[in-house]
Amino acid sequence: MYTGIWRHLPGGTALRATEALVLVIAISALLLFVVFPWVEPMLPFTEVTITP
Amino acid sequence: MSTATRDRTSAAENTPQRRDLGRTLARGVGQTLITFGLVALLFVVYELWVTDILAARDQQALTEQIQEEWADAPTVTGPVPAPQGPAAPFAPAPIDVGTGDPFAIVHIPRLDADYNRVVVEGVSQVELAQGPGHYIGTAMPGQPGNFAVAGHRVGRGSPFLDLDQMQPGDPIVVETADAWFVYRVLGDAATGNLDTDPSGIPGMEIVPPTDVSVISPTPGDLSGTVTDAYLTLTTCHPKYSARQRLIIHARLDGAPLSKATAPDGPPALAG
Repeated sequence: MYTGIWRHLPGGTALRATEALVLVIAISALLLFVVFPWVEPMLPFTEVTITP
Repeated sequence: MSTATRDRTSAAENTPQRRDLGRTLARGVGQTLITFGLVALLFVVYELWVTDILAARDQQALTEQIQEEWADAPTVTGPVPAPQGPAAPFAPAPIDVGTGDPFAIVHIPRLDADYNRVVVEGVSQVELAQGPGHYIGTAMPGQPGNFAVAGHRVGRGSPFLDLDQMQPGDPIVVETADAWFVYRVLGDAATGNLDTDPSGIPGMEIVPPTDVSVISPTPGDLSGTVTDAYLTLTTCHPKYSARQRLIIHARLDGAPLSKATAPDGPPALAG
């Protein structure tokens, strides 16, 4: 999978490395600010209230 | 390194195509598992740090909002109580807030000299993501009954991370639009025993998540009888878990202090 992505990135090694870094940052940001906030309420870790 | 040798010896049972397929499959599974691991690690980063940043931003906004509201309306009520009669006791204006709105600031000197968090109305995830939330329907600050507040232990600014450090007699100061209320953690301040309060209510307890009696008007008494003005803080326990709840009970200590006469807060806040 990772080699496949690397092969499909255009440009030379330096350019590919930059593109890969941008991809990693973009995916991390997507996870941190969109996916996790959405998933989190469905997980039980964050309950602090008393509910009957 | 020894691939060439192995190629020659195993050529009989393993064609190059089959080996390539197996290798691709193994690599695919391995990379998928590594990806899952990285995502899980990133989730930990999110829970422990990113939510802190988001909550700090929300708290900052809430602080500005509440200070602005309080500055606009120094006393929320229309008729200002006559300041002439020195005998007339200070009566704080009743508080009426909508769900999600900030209405008080809680100061806990034991946690930090400058510890202050804006309390919002409501305890759903949305409210608690911004800061401690007030259980709707429980008493308002200073009122007889139980002013019950929930807050996160770890993550989202960790407002209640160190609640287990509370000692009997520790002040919990609640600031509203026009008043200061000093609550003190129950227990015997002389011996430091949290369980020997004359009222029989412990200053700190650990209960199952379903024990609603801790936020009833008199903590521990499900009948709903109002006996005094209590404050209850709830958070999760142990840290990083949601298995139990850590509960702090405190009782109102003395009369409310008008912000007009004490803009900097009660002596309990200074130390």
